[in-house]
Amino acid sequence: MDSQWTQFLAGGLTAGSVYALVALGYSIIFNASRVINFAQGEFVMIGGMSAVSLVATGVPMPIAVAGAVVIASIVGLLLEKLAVERAPRADVVTLIIITIGASIFLRGLAQLVWDKAIHPLPPFSGDRPIAVLGATIVPQSLWVLGAMVVIVAALSWFFGRTLLGKAMLATSHNRLAAQLVGIDVAKVLFASFGLAAALGAIAGVLIAPITFTSYDVGVMLGLKGFAAAILGGLGSFAGAIVGGLVLGLLESLSAGYVSSAYKDVVAFLIMLVVLFFRPRGILGALQSVRV
Amino acid sequence: MAVICKARVSMLVAAIAFSGAICAVVPASAQEPIRIGAFLSVTGPAAFLGDPEQKTLEMYIERINAAGGVTGRKLQLVVYDDGGDADKARTFTKRLLEQDKVDIIVGGSTTGTTMAAVPLVEQAQVPLVSLAGAVVIVEPTKKWVFKTPHTDRMACEKIFADMRGRKLTKVALISGAGGFDKSMRGECLKVAGKYGVDIVADESYGAADTDMTAQLTKIKGTPSVQAVLNCGFGQGPAIVTKNYKQLGLTTPLYQSHGVASKEFIKLAGDAAEGVRLPAAALLVADILPESDAQKPVVVAYKRDYEAKYKSDVSTFGGHAYDGLMLAVDAIKRAGGTDKAKLRDALESTRGYIGTAGVVNMSSADHMGLDLTAFRMLEVRNGGWVLVKETAM
Repeated sequence: MDSQWTQFLAGGLTAGSVYALVALGYSIIFNASRVINFAQGEFVMIGGMSAVSLVATGVPMPIAVAGAVVIASIVGLLLEKLAVERAPRADVVTLIIITIGASIFLRGLAQLVWDKAIHPLPPFSGDRPIAVLGATIVPQSLWVLGAMVVIVAALSWFFGRTLLGKAMLATSHNRLAAQLVGIDVAKVLFASFGLAAALGAIAGVLIAPITFTSYDVGVMLGLKGFAAAILGGLGSFAGAIVGGLVLGLLESLSAGYVSSAYKDVVAFLIMLVVLFFRPRGILGALQSVRV
Repeated sequence: MAVICKARVSMLVAAIAFSGAICAVVPASAQEPIRIGAFLSVTGPAAFLGDPEQKTLEMYIERINAAGGVTGRKLQLVVYDDGGDADKARTFTKRLLEQDKVDIIVGGSTTGTTMAAVPLVEQAQVPLVSLAGAVVIVEPTKKWVFKTPHTDRMACEKIFADMRGRKLTKVALISGAGGFDKSMRGECLKVAGKYGVDIVADESYGAADTDMTAQLTKIKGTPSVQAVLNCGFGQGPAIVTKNYKQLGLTTPLYQSHGVASKEFIKLAGDAAEGVRLPAAALLVADILPESDAQKPVVVAYKRDYEAKYKSDVSTFGGHAYDGLMLAVDAIKRAGGTDKAKLRDALESTRGYIGTAGVVNMSSADHMGLDLTAFRMLEVRNGGWVLVKETAM
């Protein structure tokens, strides 16, 4: 029983870390623009697929990973420049619809640029399982967990210590005030798409050795990441992490102890419950209006 | 075209009433072509089925036409991509029947798309040769519906027969949520008793699931499990196989014919070693003994396909090859495209050797394959080897 519990825990944390990275992407763009970027899942796909094709051309793994993140960031920046920025007076709902269109476009493009097959990516450091407290995990899971910790640290440094990071944070708190103190909110939005795309791509590259990747892998991961962001509180970085991990754990435990048939149902049921009863999520800020 | 129409009309005054519709699609010089309709899942989640199927149909229709066609008439392929969506399949079937007025339909790629088309072809009385797996397509027998691939029930029987040979009687099932997966699970549960197999665990996973360790941990914790059978399709079985290795499970793992392709070995990597699965002869064309009746057919198809498309042959493309060749064979024997005669000719197909096996149809069996059509394979050193057949 105990070893089962740790096995479920390990599986849940791995999946949860990926959800958390996707959820972070949603929150970054949401903060800069109040837009929910439904193309976030496609960044995950582009990251994974780019890494696969770079590795196939014989590029060493670390360079392939970096290249995949760069490619996805460029796509993210282009998306902002060519689609979102073109609609300066559009309201939030219109922008959200633009991102949905962009996600369908990117998925179609991926079918043409790459193909419709499922691709494996070699694990970063072998696939000999490691025994931990009666459970066995693949080394790639450690990479996923480790990368998430590093990214959380890097993001807190970025938002706490750098000018651009502080500008992004300021914009998220009060866009008008940020503009009044001289922050270029257009540039903040531009940077947020690049950052969100990079985070998505990292998630895509990290998970590809465990789950494979294909042109449509972004659909489900995008939705799960969105559920995680809602659960944790949209716009809250700590919330995205907590939401992702909680979601991953709940899925894994429900598959293990209740029925694996309802794994996805659990994720979306949680999202609905949160939206009904606590729309700001676990750690979301209270939307109070000050006079 | 208008000129041609006029010429036709003046020649065949009696035919004026309907010539307009015909001359729009037919060059006046040639005899009217035989229209072969197809709705395939060329894109979408079942693209790996529809894509090789479409390529196969195109390649062989081109070849047959280059060799003079069938009964002196050219073949014309009308193909639609349903994207794996049953609703679209229904719409396209309607279009094939009503607008394109096809003589015979080859398709759909999946059980879902096929079953959506069945009521329409039954009503329109046009023969349909499905390329999908599940047994429901031909059971109960439908007058106008035939199919080329093995059924999932045959796969279950082949697997259980192999397990019986290895004295493995306590079996855990793990199945996906797709139509193929669910259907196969149901069939396996049905025939398990016949082979003295007890199903002691029955787990499932979602279509886009990326981690099956939870389910496999449960199976690992079930005492008495001697073998595990994964009824699945697509990427799921590859993940199951990897997770299986990760958890250190050592009982024999069986996969279904749904993942019988090199793709599976590529995805699952080392973890695939020792996995057994039933597959069509096509997959192991190169290592079949010379005495095998199917050897010439599968070797020729594999060579043609791989030479033209520069990609590995799949059993799914083979289903389309069989579907087309069965149709052509029936058209020849029926001496034309009279739908009722064509149907009767299909039903009386005997001794046709295709990529799936030797086909002997009857009024009670619209598939015509038996268990000898499957070969039991084992993954060894990143390739397939034939498992010596155990006595049934």
